[in-house]
Amino acid sequence: MTTEAKPTDAAVRRRRRNLLLSGCTTLGAILLAAIFLMPLGYGAATALKDKDGVSDPNAAILPVTSLTFEYEGEELDVYAVPMPDGEVRELALVQPGREASVFVDPEDPGAGTVEWEGRWRALDPVTGVDPQWGNFEEAWNTIDFMRLMGWTLMYALTTMLFTVVSSAVVAYGFARFRFPGRNLLFGLLMATILLPPAVTLVPKYAVFLQMGWVGTYLPLIVPQLFANAFNVFLLRQYFLTIPRELEEAARIDGAGPIRTFVRVIVPQAFPALTAVSLFHFFYAWNDFFEPLLYLAGNRDIVPIGVGLSYFSGVYNSEPHLILAAALLALALPVAIFLVAQRVFVRGIVVTGVDK
Amino acid sequence: MSDFTDAALAVRRRDKRSGRPVSSMARREARWGYAFISPWIIGFVLFWAVPIGASLVFSALDFQLTDPGATSFAGGDNWQRALSDPDTWTSLAATFRFTVLFLPLSLVVALGLALLLNSKHLKFTGLFRLLFFMPSMIPLVAGVLIWQQVLNPQTGWVNRLIGLTGVDATGSDGIRWFDNPVLVLFAFSFIGLWGVGNAMIVNLAGLQGIPTELYEAAEIDGAGWWRRLRTVTLPLLSPIVFYNLVIGSVLVLQYFVVPWVLFGASGRPGGASKFLLVHFYQEAFVFGNMGYGAALAWLIFIVVAVLTGLLFGTARYWVHYGTER
Repeated sequence: MTTEAKPTDAAVRRRRRNLLLSGCTTLGAILLAAIFLMPLGYGAATALKDKDGVSDPNAAILPVTSLTFEYEGEELDVYAVPMPDGEVRELALVQPGREASVFVDPEDPGAGTVEWEGRWRALDPVTGVDPQWGNFEEAWNTIDFMRLMGWTLMYALTTMLFTVVSSAVVAYGFARFRFPGRNLLFGLLMATILLPPAVTLVPKYAVFLQMGWVGTYLPLIVPQLFANAFNVFLLRQYFLTIPRELEEAARIDGAGPIRTFVRVIVPQAFPALTAVSLFHFFYAWNDFFEPLLYLAGNRDIVPIGVGLSYFSGVYNSEPHLILAAALLALALPVAIFLVAQRVFVRGIVVTGVDK
Repeated sequence: MSDFTDAALAVRRRDKRSGRPVSSMARREARWGYAFISPWIIGFVLFWAVPIGASLVFSALDFQLTDPGATSFAGGDNWQRALSDPDTWTSLAATFRFTVLFLPLSLVVALGLALLLNSKHLKFTGLFRLLFFMPSMIPLVAGVLIWQQVLNPQTGWVNRLIGLTGVDATGSDGIRWFDNPVLVLFAFSFIGLWGVGNAMIVNLAGLQGIPTELYEAAEIDGAGWWRRLRTVTLPLLSPIVFYNLVIGSVLVLQYFVVPWVLFGASGRPGGASKFLLVHFYQEAFVFGNMGYGAALAWLIFIVVAVLTGLLFGTARYWVHYGTER
């Protein structure tokens, strides 16, 4: 062991101050995170309640129900009974009477019944944590979760393939070729990020209606074949970081631009392509406005966001089912995010900071 | 720079075959460039340029979706109607009120969280980054439904928590988040703040890009935390704050999903949920007034263009671009 130099007073003070600052900052962050995520906790707790527990303003925070005890083939309610000696015992009511009732101890039914003097109606029922897992099953069946998932996944995965391929091709064009008007066209591409899509909707809707596409996924899927500004930007930034030497080697070997793109660029850009795919997947899972518009009148095929909103409109008296459905809908995206968060965060940084 | 070697390679290959001058090689490169970006050009023409122009034409037509045969030229009628329709003014007011409240709020929260996550005093940074970002990944409709219950006046946790402080929040004259035109803006804001993760991450990356020497220099000069924030952090972060401001304002001017899921086109409470896009959607696609809807769409377009134009105009007064690239 090395002998430590005796720390000076100032150093000790600084260390103590840093420790205190760390403690306060971290504690503050914990508090903030708790407030920020509180609705999720509420959602989980409430989704597991039964219907009475949801609508009772004085109900406990956790999903609880009154305890019962089965005694000689009968379902008995359990009450907190104050005994003459001051002790409060949890007993099951066997035979209610006006001034005196008969109870049995659920912990020790063999000991026989207990007679208690007093009005049993004044007693508090005993409750215990009793999550209603069946709510999830009910929500699953009521919203037809598998059907919603099926359509959402079909939509998300098809458009993901389309937009990633087309955006990568376009991004390569902007990243590696010089042509007149390149900067102008790239500026125009970036400007579409700021343009409100509403200004294109009326004519698009009229044309899609003429073509018989309204009520199908075609108006949602086909435009994804033509690249998207955010994706192109992200991929272009990434392509610019790939060393040119690799492509030059391929070209000397006689590969044309298409072959170079497929054999050299695509494998090199795998992280960026993954990020764009994930972004699009989340975008599609979240997509609301356009599915609402173009699929209106065909409620059987809507994706999950629109499906949830229909459900909440019909079942607004059953909040526990709505919350269970909401949790079902967020489970997959949140799980994917937790697994792939690194790729994600890096992608956001590229789109936001590199401008 | 290395475009040069590219061109040189092209020259050599092309030279052997045709012996044409270098400019034809540049033309060849350009042709490949156009070929690669052609999907976007086609998409831009089909789904942006032509529809935007067509919207302008539609806005001069009396075109009902229910009776397309009866379409007639309406001149400026739709525009006149747009400006005299009380719903238009309601929706403009609702949109601006919410923008003025939410945009600064979200920028400050995104910056505050990023500063917290960037603090050298914070432990478990990775975990906190994950926790603060996660709600951004929750599908918006699911988030809205959860918040709708959390803000329930009687049974929601928010009012029950407020009730713990002694304020009677859950009673009959308690805090009714969805029945009051001012409170509902806060409800919208809470829901919106769940999506602050993207801006937070972008800010965080910007903060991490600020050279530490600058802070050391400021510290030697005796600058405290607040002064370092104002003189070092904020100026250097201003391009990123500007990016978040522009993207945020474009999004908030097109606010739709949350008010629609909560209130449909009803505008409850007191018109506060009748945003521009809600008004447009109702007129164009619920009532089928395509001509009038197109005029409203152009109005939205103009509002967004004017606001982003103004933002870009102010940029030179407060956005610092250190070194030009």
